Amino acid sequence: MNHRYLPMTEQDQKEMLQAIGVQAVDELFSDIPEKVRFQGELAIKPAKSESALTRELMQLAAKNADTKQYISFLGAGVYDHYMPTIVDHVISRSEFYTAYTPYQPEISQGELQAIFEFQTMICELTGMDVANSSMYDGGTSFAEAAMLAAGQTRRKKVLVSEAVHPESRAVLETYAAGQHIEVVTVPQTNGITDLTVLKGLLSDDVAAVMVQYPNFFGQIERLDEIEALAHDVKSMFVVSSNPLALGALTPPGDFGADIVVGDAQPFGIPQGYGGPHCGYFAVTKKLMRKVPGRLVGETTDDEGQRGYVLTLQAREQHIRRDKATSNICSNQALNALAASVAMTALGKKGITEIARQNFQKAHYAKQQLKAAGFEVIQHGYTFNEFVIKLNKPIKEMNELLLEQGIIGGYDLGRDYEELSQHMLIAVTEQRTKEDIDTLVKELSEHA
Amino acid sequence: MHKKDQPLIFELSKKGRTGYSLTELDVPEVDLSTLAPEGFIRSSAPELPEVAELDIMRHYTALSKRNHGVDSGFYPLGSCTMKYNPKVNEAVARYAGFAHIHPLQEASSVQGALELMYDLQEHLVEITGMDEVTLQPAAGAHGEWTGLMMIRAFHEANGDLNRTKVIVPDSAHGTNPASATVAGFETITVKSNEDGLVDLDDLKRVVGDDTAALMLTNPNTLGLFEENILEMAAIIHGAGGKLYYDGANLNAVLSKARPGDMGFDVVHLNLHKTFTGPHGGGGPGSGPVGVKADLIPFLPKPVLVKNGDQFEFEYNRPQSIGRVKPYYGNFGINVRAYTYIRSMGPDGLKAVSENAVINANYMMRRLAPHFDLPFDRHCKHEFVLSGKRQKKLGVRTLDIAKRLLDFGYHPPTIYFPLNVEECMMIEPTETESKETLDSFIEAMIQIAKEVEETPEVVQEAPHTTIIGRLDETKAARQPILRYQKKEAVEV
Ligand SMILES: Cc1ncc(COP(=O)(O)O)c(C=O)c1O
Repeated sequence: MNHRYLPMTEQDQKEMLQAIGVQAVDELFSDIPEKVRFQGELAIKPAKSESALTRELMQLAAKNADTKQYISFLGAGVYDHYMPTIVDHVISRSEFYTAYTPYQPEISQGELQAIFEFQTMICELTGMDVANSSMYDGGTSFAEAAMLAAGQTRRKKVLVSEAVHPESRAVLETYAAGQHIEVVTVPQTNGITDLTVLKGLLSDDVAAVMVQYPNFFGQIERLDEIEALAHDVKSMFVVSSNPLALGALTPPGDFGADIVVGDAQPFGIPQGYGGPHCGYFAVTKKLMRKVPGRLVGETTDDEGQRGYVLTLQAREQHIRRDKATSNICSNQALNALAASVAMTALGKKGITEIARQNFQKAHYAKQQLKAAGFEVIQHGYTFNEFVIKLNKPIKEMNELLLEQGIIGGYDLGRDYEELSQHMLIAVTEQRTKEDIDTLVKELSEHA
Repeated sequence: MHKKDQPLIFELSKKGRTGYSLTELDVPEVDLSTLAPEGFIRSSAPELPEVAELDIMRHYTALSKRNHGVDSGFYPLGSCTMKYNPKVNEAVARYAGFAHIHPLQEASSVQGALELMYDLQEHLVEITGMDEVTLQPAAGAHGEWTGLMMIRAFHEANGDLNRTKVIVPDSAHGTNPASATVAGFETITVKSNEDGLVDLDDLKRVVGDDTAALMLTNPNTLGLFEENILEMAAIIHGAGGKLYYDGANLNAVLSKARPGDMGFDVVHLNLHKTFTGPHGGGGPGSGPVGVKADLIPFLPKPVLVKNGDQFEFEYNRPQSIGRVKPYYGNFGINVRAYTYIRSMGPDGLKAVSENAVINANYMMRRLAPHFDLPFDRHCKHEFVLSGKRQKKLGVRTLDIAKRLLDFGYHPPTIYFPLNVEECMMIEPTETESKETLDSFIEAMIQIAKEVEETPEVVQEAPHTTIIGRLDETKAARQPILRYQKKEAVEV
């Protein structure tokens, strides 16, 4: 069979079978019992040539409303941000993307060093001592934080704010079921964790208090007050955080968080219909040996030259098997690299500037909507998202907006019964004043 | 040896340099401190590097040159299926309609994405012989845990609450027992026999009414087909347990034997292995899970369904284990795998496995005279050698691996599986030419000769890499896990 990915010629095959000492390929499969041997042909689509296939798939892609063509105000955990062009150039270098986990450090220094730099940048943003080399995404990272806390405190209950991303909470529920961890939801009031209720729920059997910062509704949680409450009962304090917001916000580490998790998608990673993104996981020094996943450390070679290796592997599944701190093996390395390049491009000045712009633009949008007579729900402080109430179903409004080239905000009624007809609007630095004014105009027209 | 340190990006930083381009703020600005509670605006900016664009590119280009990928050279890392990563996959995944869509858009605005996912699921159903597939899990280990959670939910739904144990062969990958733990099970190990296959007597000994499942890789991690698979299935099913298929080695049996036909109830695939989603330096992957009909109610939600000609997500699944990942899986990797499957077609996939198996057997037979071959029978897509003979001469498998670096190769997987002494696990894949295999074989033979004649050359390898053997003990004893600015150097 001739195929551009299969170099074996008929002549090759003949020679190789001869060297093996068999007459035909089938002999090599003779250990598969007759009864389970697949006969015939797989009923899948026939092969297509490169040109024919790309034509077909391009048409399929064109059926989707993408944020290159549409103006998006949809966030809710996944954002349309500035993507420096160099990011894709770097991650397209095939020395990076066609390699695997750097098991052989002598020929993997590039990947190892890049990850070491990533770990450092995540520490800088979160204010934590140690960050790992990545997790699948913010949601699974959040769930792993609960498991770490439960293991560390030997307690089996976590308190989770209702203002944490509903899909992260759902993932946590699934993991918790496996681990027999009880998940208690702390309600939100006006889009922010209800601290009075939290106080009432705290006791010395709580492994972790888990909040999001900025939270799912865009609001800035009082990490100072929550930290005091959590540590009062010797519970762990876990914060899920949008790392881009930490360009302007005081980092969770400064407020005494024990574990900070989140997703680095805002840094150079396309929305990509929800994945692959890039979970991060950061902890205090005390928890260093409990971290899930891979860690890169600095060391020296036999001549004293600086280099990098995978380290503290006694935590991991390939060594500890059923006693490992997590089952994660493959992670999101290439996206950690993408995030590193984006963070580097932004740099110290750019990270502050981009976070500032998100604050300012969302604030402007909020003011304009208020002025146009919309009910802006919360009264607290918000980063780049906020909630408005409309007088019609959000789904209906979004269909109208789509006709005008706008991808509207998130329909909160999907997750919060009491918030039907409430829209979560994200305004990133990508939205111009004109975009925002257009949104206000279209919403007003259809209100 | 050309040793040269590549500075950390932080060491290239100079105050005042920038590498970004943002549009000027075009809305009226208010005092930032009024937008957050007091004390919640950072008092000092995070120390991200300050570097201009060209220097960023040079830095990462330098790093890329210090890295070996499949495009750089042969990469026979067993169990990882380091095959060629087609470039067209990369192009398709970057189409705006795939890369720049939001997971929470209304389904009506992303019908193309849903159609692709649906068709990929259908293809995977046929390839595996299962009844339904979910694309939600992010990687192999994530798929294992997802599958085990479904098995647990199945037993619980039957009121079968004492099935607390998962049986795993001693040759299994570390994620198998680790996933069992995360799913709340206890791991029981079953031994391999002298043929490298699961010992049926031992299996009968450990199985019982507390067995939730047996996790099996087939072909197993020694590259051998578990030819007693039907007997094993009967033993497990007879005891009321479920059979779990670790799909890491599916590359050997595409169109040759389907997990569903072998009696497996749950299977995960590693799309980053068999189906060319690139390995990315460690990820991202994608680990879809397929199940038989009786497990369908337990699939993670939401489930993608087709109503008439419209695709949508169904959330009303009362028996579902819940969500295992935000959104719907690593879509970008799934796009790549789909592109690959559509490029190959049924004949292509069949040839993939045939050629992968021929390549592995050819290498095994040619290397057998020079190294110990623990299991002398046809292998599938990979095989293991033992460095026992060389160890007697004072050279360890680790040394052989390091010596291979001098020849420009990525070494095989070493010291795994655990049940073979001084193990080397070699997986050539079907995308490598005979010439490449021959050169690698020659290198291995030369190293075997060096072990006998000049062992120090091997023991002291590598000799040509940009850095020598690294002190891993030091890295673990005094962990340095991030860059710290050296205050003394600061002016
Ligand atoms: C046999 C086997 N099972 C499971 C896994 C885990 O897969 P992943 O790394 O995608 O989580 C691997 C890969 O490393 C493997 O080789």
